[in-house]
Amino acid sequence: MQKQYLKSWALSLTLLTGTVTDADTGEALIGASIVMKGGEGTVTDFDGNFEVNVPDGSKEIFVSYVGYTTQTVDIVGKTVVNVALVSGSTLDEVLVVGYGTVTREKATGAITQISSEDFNKGAITSAQDLILGKAAGVQITSGGDPGGGAEILIRGGSSLFASNAPLVVVDGVPLGDQVGGSRNIFITILKDGSQTAIYGSRASNGVILITTKKAALGQKLTVDYAGNIGYSQLTDFVDVLDADEYRTYINEQWGDEAQTKLLGDANTDWQREIYQNAIATDHAVTLSGAMKQFPIRATLGYTNKQGTLKTDLFQRYTGALNVNPKFLDNRLQVNLNAKAMLNNNRFANRGAIGSAVAFDPTQPIRTDSEAYGGYFAWLDQSAAMAPIGIAPANPIALIEQTDDTNTVNHYILNGSVDYRFKFLPALRATLTGGYDNSSATGQNYVTDQAAFAYDPNGGGNKTDYTNESLSELLEFSINYDKAIGKHNINVLGGYSWQHFLNQGESLNRTFVNTDSISDNYANELYLLSLYSRATYDYGKLSASVSLRADASSRFSPEARWGYFPAASVAYNIVENNKGKTLSFLKLRAGYGVTGQQAVGSFYVSQYLFQNSQPTAQYQFGDEFVSTIRPGAFDSNIKWEENTTYNFGIDFSLYDGRINTQIDLYQRNSSDLLNETRVPAGSNFSNKVFTNIGDLTNSGIEFNISADVIKGSDQTLMIGLNGAFNKNEIVKLIQVSDENYTGIETGGIAGGVGTTIQLLNVGLPANAFFVYEQVYNENGTPIEGEFVDRNDDGVVNSEDRYTLEQPRPNATFGFNAAYRFGNFDLSTNARANVGNYVYNNILSQGTNKNITYNSVGYLGNIHQSYTETNFVDPQYLSDHWIESGTFFRIDHVTLGYDLGDVLGENRSLRVYGTVQNPILVTGYSGLDPEISSGIDNNIYPRARVYLLGVNASF
Amino acid sequence: MKNINIQSITFWVAIVLLTSGCFKDLNTIPIDQDTLTSELVFQDETSYRQFLAKIYAGLAVTGQSGPAGDGDIADIDEGFSSYLRSYWKAQTLTTDEAVIAWNDQTIKDYQQQDWDENDGFINAMYQRIFFQIALCNEFLRSTTVELMETRGVSESVRADVLTYRAEARFLRAMSYWHALDLFRNPPFVTEADGIGAFFPEQTNPDDLFAFIESELLEIEMALPEPRGNEYGRVDRAAAWMLLAKMYLNAEVHIKSNRYDEVIVYTDKVINAGYQINDTYEHLFLADNDISAAQQSIIFAIPFDGKQTQTWGGMTFLCHSGVGGSMVAADYGIDSGWGGVRTTSALVNKFPVDSSDVRGFFYKNGQSLEIASVNTFTDGYAVTKFKNITSTGEDGSDATHPDTDFPMFRLADAYLMYAEATLRGGAAGNTGTAVDYINEIRNRAYDDGSGVITEADLDLDFILDERARELYFECHRRTDLVRFGQFTSDAYLWPWKGNVAEGEPTDAFRNIFPIPAGDRVLNPNLVQNEGY
Repeated sequence: MQKQYLKSWALSLTLLTGTVTDADTGEALIGASIVMKGGEGTVTDFDGNFEVNVPDGSKEIFVSYVGYTTQTVDIVGKTVVNVALVSGSTLDEVLVVGYGTVTREKATGAITQISSEDFNKGAITSAQDLILGKAAGVQITSGGDPGGGAEILIRGGSSLFASNAPLVVVDGVPLGDQVGGSRNIFITILKDGSQTAIYGSRASNGVILITTKKAALGQKLTVDYAGNIGYSQLTDFVDVLDADEYRTYINEQWGDEAQTKLLGDANTDWQREIYQNAIATDHAVTLSGAMKQFPIRATLGYTNKQGTLKTDLFQRYTGALNVNPKFLDNRLQVNLNAKAMLNNNRFANRGAIGSAVAFDPTQPIRTDSEAYGGYFAWLDQSAAMAPIGIAPANPIALIEQTDDTNTVNHYILNGSVDYRFKFLPALRATLTGGYDNSSATGQNYVTDQAAFAYDPNGGGNKTDYTNESLSELLEFSINYDKAIGKHNINVLGGYSWQHFLNQGESLNRTFVNTDSISDNYANELYLLSLYSRATYDYGKLSASVSLRADASSRFSPEARWGYFPAASVAYNIVENNKGKTLSFLKLRAGYGVTGQQAVGSFYVSQYLFQNSQPTAQYQFGDEFVSTIRPGAFDSNIKWEENTTYNFGIDFSLYDGRINTQIDLYQRNSSDLLNETRVPAGSNFSNKVFTNIGDLTNSGIEFNISADVIKGSDQTLMIGLNGAFNKNEIVKLIQVSDENYTGIETGGIAGGVGTTIQLLNVGLPANAFFVYEQVYNENGTPIEGEFVDRNDDGVVNSEDRYTLEQPRPNATFGFNAAYRFGNFDLSTNARANVGNYVYNNILSQGTNKNITYNSVGYLGNIHQSYTETNFVDPQYLSDHWIESGTFFRIDHVTLGYDLGDVLGENRSLRVYGTVQNPILVTGYSGLDPEISSGIDNNIYPRARVYLLGVNASF
Repeated sequence: MKNINIQSITFWVAIVLLTSGCFKDLNTIPIDQDTLTSELVFQDETSYRQFLAKIYAGLAVTGQSGPAGDGDIADIDEGFSSYLRSYWKAQTLTTDEAVIAWNDQTIKDYQQQDWDENDGFINAMYQRIFFQIALCNEFLRSTTVELMETRGVSESVRADVLTYRAEARFLRAMSYWHALDLFRNPPFVTEADGIGAFFPEQTNPDDLFAFIESELLEIEMALPEPRGNEYGRVDRAAAWMLLAKMYLNAEVHIKSNRYDEVIVYTDKVINAGYQINDTYEHLFLADNDISAAQQSIIFAIPFDGKQTQTWGGMTFLCHSGVGGSMVAADYGIDSGWGGVRTTSALVNKFPVDSSDVRGFFYKNGQSLEIASVNTFTDGYAVTKFKNITSTGEDGSDATHPDTDFPMFRLADAYLMYAEATLRGGAAGNTGTAVDYINEIRNRAYDDGSGVITEADLDLDFILDERARELYFECHRRTDLVRFGQFTSDAYLWPWKGNVAEGEPTDAFRNIFPIPAGDRVLNPNLVQNEGY
C-alpha cells in the first residue's frame, strides 16, 4: 500500500538539480529564482545550488536573479542543468536557518544576515567584527588583547549563571562557541525562540550560523590574496601622578622621614613602559574553483599580532580545504571540510596593567644591584633584603620575568552527505559528522630571581600543562519537500549525537624542588537530540512548527530530557508591489521554547567524592592522608527553559531600496540554572547548582538598511539599528521573603572578597549595590559619611541600595558604505546608552593610604584625588558609579579598486583603515565598554591603523 | 531496481548502526581519577580513613586543592573561609586582644562590635560549622554496621571505623559547641536527616547542650585512651576537655551551675599524663608536633608547609601580624601582611619590665596606643606564632607554616580547674589550684618571681591570667562573655565600640546573629534577640 503510493509519485516527478553562477566570475549566485511554467519553483542556496521536482513532461525552466538577465533553460531529458547568468548587483534573498534555508519572503522569524562582502571590504579580521554594530540587539564586547575572544550577548542574555554565549553553528555543525575567522562567510543571527528552538539545547542565547562559501561546479580556478598590516597605538593612559608631582605629594601629604626616605630619584612612567606600539599582519591565499568534478576551495593563512602590552603575541597558521563534489546525477552531494590551525601564543603577565597604575613613579625600572634580576623591588629591612610580599610588583619585572607561552593545534573535520532517493526525489537524507580537536601544550615559567615570586627557599615557578578539548558530532536528518498546487510543505526529522571531552594535566615545579606536582583532569558530556519541523506556505502565508527533544548527560535520568516546541507564522500583506512606495510588508509572530543546560560541572547532578590534591592533605600520625570530600549536589537539577514571544514587521520601501525590520519580544527564562545558597546543614556546602529563579528580558529592536544612492558610478548604503532591552529578575529563591537580601556578586580589587553588585528580585541583573555618599556644600564627598536611607539612626548594611546596572538599556549601530567610481569609503559606529561602570581604578587609587604602607613601600595615586581627598578607600560609595554611555566609531575604511591593472580577469584593491578612531563618553576612565561593569585592570583597546590589499588572479 | 534497494538498505543499516546505542552514552560517570561516585568510593576500604581525614582537614584547609581552589564553601574568599581563621577572628578581633588594619569587607565590624546579620565573616563561620556538621552526619550515615556488612568490609577496618565514628561524633560535638557559644540558637541536623531540599529545625540552648553532652559521654569510652591515638586525631582527653569547657560555660549557655563537673573532667585531663613543657614559646613553633611542646598539647590542628596548605589557618596567624619594621624572615616567612596588632589593654596585663616571657610583643617602631586602626605601626605587633622551629630552623615553606594550632592544652585545663574551684565547684581545692597556676607561672617567669599565693587568686586574676597564657588561642571572647565583660561598660578597651578609648556596647552582642542569608532560606529560623 505504502509502496504503491510512493511509486505513484515517482512516476509524476523528476528531480532536477543544478548550479547558478555569475557568467563573469564563475561564483555561485545565491537566491536566484528557478521557476517552472506553472509558477512553482525554488531558489538557489548558499552555494548556488538548486533542486526542484519538475513534473514529467516539463520542457523548460526560467532562471532569474535581481540585476541579471533572466534565462530560459531547456530541460528536456536532463536531470542536471548549470546556468550562468550575466551581469548585475547582488541582493541576498536566501536566509540560512536551522537545518535549511528560506527566502526572505517566506521567513517567519527575526533573522539578521550579514555577508563578509557587505559594506566594508577587508577591514575586518574576525567574524565578531563582522557582526559588530550590524545587528540590532547583538552586543559584542571584545578586549584589547591579541587573539582574545569576545563576549557575545544576544538580547541581553537569558541566564544569570549559566552560559550566555550563543550557539555557533559552522556549516551545519554546532561545534564551538567561538566564531573564528572572517573570510568568505555568511553570518546569520537567529534571535527569536521560534527560530532557535530547532536547536533546542544550547540555543537559549540565540544562534549564530556561519556558512562558508564554496566553489561551484564549472567555476574557473582563481587565486585570491588578501593581506594587511596594522599598527596599534594606545591613545590614553590612566591619569596618575608623574614622578615630580608624586614627590611633591609625598612631601606635602606625609612629610615624615618614614615616607620621604622611600622616594626614588627616577622618573618612570610605568604605563608607557609596559605598553608598546604593536604591529600586526594578516595574509591569506585562497585557491577556488572546480577541478573537473570537484569544486574546491583551499586557503592558507598566516596571522601575527603583537599586543600593546609588551611581549603579548598571537601567531596563527591556518590551512583549510573544502571539497563539495556531487555524484549520482547530483542525488548524492558530498561536502567535506578540513581545517587545521596552529597557534603560537605568548601571554604577557596581565598583572602589570594594574601594577603600572599603582607603582611609585619615582622608582627606576632597574637598579645597580644584581638581586632580583636587576629589577627594582620593594624590599624589607632584613639582612636578606627580602621583597615585601604585599607591595605591588615591578610592572616591567612582571612582564619580563614571566614566560607564559603555549602552542595550540586545532583540527576541525566535518562533512555531510546529502542523498536524495531516486524513487522519491522529494525525500532527502543528510548525514553530518564533525570532529573538532584542539590540543594545547604550554608553560608558565617565572624565573627564580623574580621578586614577585620570592621564596627564601628558592623562588620562581614552573608550570607545564597540556589540554585537549574534543567535540564530536553525528547527525542524521530526513527532509521531505512537497508542493501541491500552491501549497508548499517541508517536513524535517532528525537525530543528533554530540560528545564533548576535555582533559589535561598540569605539572608544577619550583627551581629548587624539581619534583613535579601533577594535577590531572578529564570530563565529558553527551548530548542527544531528536528534532522535527514542518513548514508550510501558501501564497502570502508562511508557517512553521517544530519540536525538539534534548537529553544531556549532565542531568539525572529522570530529569535528562527536555522538550522544546516552537511555532511561527508570517503573512505578507504587500509583496512584489513594484513602483509603489510600499513595495513589501510582512507581519511575523513567533513562539518558541529553548533549553539551557550549560552550568556547573558535567556531573552536576551526581553525588560525587572529590580527592584532595597533595597540598591539601591532613596529618594522621606520621602519615599525610589524602582526603575525600562529598560534593554538594541536587539530583533533581533540570533544564532551564526560555520561552520567547516575538512579533515582527518587515517592510520595504521604493522597490526594496529601504528595508526595515522591527521586532518586539519578551523572553521568560524559568528554572534558571543557578548556583544558589541552600539552608545550612542541608547539603555538603552552602551553595548548590540547581534551578531557582526566573528572569525576563523584553525589548524592541529595529534594523533599517537603505540604498540611498544606487547608480552605476556611485552607490551609498546606510544601515541603522537599535535595540532597547529591559532585564529583570523575577524570582530567585524558593522561599519568597520580602527581606531577602539577594546574592552579592561582582568582586572588586582592593578589599579581598568585597563585592559591588547584587542579584535580587525586581532588579536588573548585577545592579550596583552601594552606599549613598554624603557631600558637603562644595560638592565634595565627606569621607565615611553615607545616607541613612532607612532612617533608623544608624548607617549599616541595611542602608546599602541598588543603583543602575552594567548592561545598556539601549544599543545603537550605524554603518555606511559609499562607492564612487573606484573609490569606496565605509564606516561603522555604535552607541551604548544607560550602561554604568564602577570605577574601581578610582575607588582603589584615590585615597591617601594607598600611597604609603608602613611595611615600607609607596604607591601612586590618581590625579583626581583632590576631588575627594579620602584618606581611606571608600569602596562601597556610590560616588564611583559612573554613566558608561558612549558613542564609538569602530572603523573608517577608504579603498581604491585598481581594476585589471594586473591583467585581464584579474583584480586589485588597496585600502586603508583606522580602527577605533573616536570614542565619545562622559566616563572618566579610559573606556566604559566593560561587560562586567567593573573597571579595573582592563586591557586597553588600541587605535589601529591598517593598510591592506586584496588581489585576485 | 534491485541495485537501488541494496543501496537504500545499506544506507539505512548504516544509519541505524551509527545511531543505536548512543542513548547509553547519557549515563556518564566521571572519568577524572580525582572524582569518584558515591557507589564506587567505598569499594576502597581506605576511603573511610580518607573521609575522616577530610572532616579533620575541614578545621585546617579550605578546599581540596590547597592552598586555594575547589573550596569547601562559597560566597566568601576561600582564604577567609578557613574554620580556624574564622573562629580566631570571631574570638579575638572582637576583644581587647587584637585590631586589624585591613579594609576587607566588614572585617572591622568585629573590633567595632557593630556587626549585623549580613556580615560575611560571621556567615563564613556559621557555614563552616555546618559544613563540618554535614560531613560528620554523612560519615555516620555511610558507616553503619549494616552498610559495612553489605559492602563486606574487613574485620580490622570495621574495628577502625568504630573509632572513626566516635571521632566524627566528637568533631560534630565540638562544632555544635562552637555554634552554641557563638550563635546560641543554631539549626540542628543529625545523621537522621538526609541531604537535599529540607529546612533544618532551629534548636535551643538547653536541647543543644544536652545533645552535645550526651554525645560526648556516649563516645568517651569508644575513643582511644589519652595519648593513645595518632597525632592529629582526638582521644578521650579531648572529649574531657570539651566537656569541661561546656560545663564551665554552662551558666552562660543554659543558666545552670555545672562547676562540679568541670572539676571532674579537668581532673581526668590533668591526671592523664600530660605535663607543662619547659618552654612556653615552643608551643607555638613550627615543630610543635614533635618537640617537647607535645607534652602539654591535648589536641592540635596540624598544618604543614608542603602538604597542608591554606590561606587561612596558621598561614593567616603567622603572616597577618608581621609588618612595619619587622623582618619577615625572622618569623620564618616570606612576607608580612601588615594587619593584626594588639591593644594596650592586653599589653598592660603583663608587667612593664617584660619579665613574663609570654608577652611576645614587637615594639620597635610600633606605638603602644592606637591612633588609627588602619595604620599597622599603631599598636604592638604580636609574634606568638612563628614558622621557626625550637632549634631556630625555618619551616619547610616560607609561605605556609608548619606550625600546628594548639586547640586544647594542659594549661587551659589548669586554669579551668582553678576558675571552677573559685566558682564553687565541689571537690575543687584552692591550694591545688594555686599550685597549678604557679606551675604555669614558673614557666613564664625564669626567676620564679611569678609565684602567687592563695590571697592573689580571685576571679579577676584568673581572667587576666587566661589572657596572659592563652591570648591569640581563640579563648578570649568566650572568657570575656563568661565574666560579663565582653559587652556593656564593665570593661572598656581601646577601640571597643569603635571609639579610641572604648565605649560600652549592647549585651545582645554577647552572641552573634543568625546570618540573614540562612534565615531567608530556612523559614524555621528565628533571629537572636537584638538583631
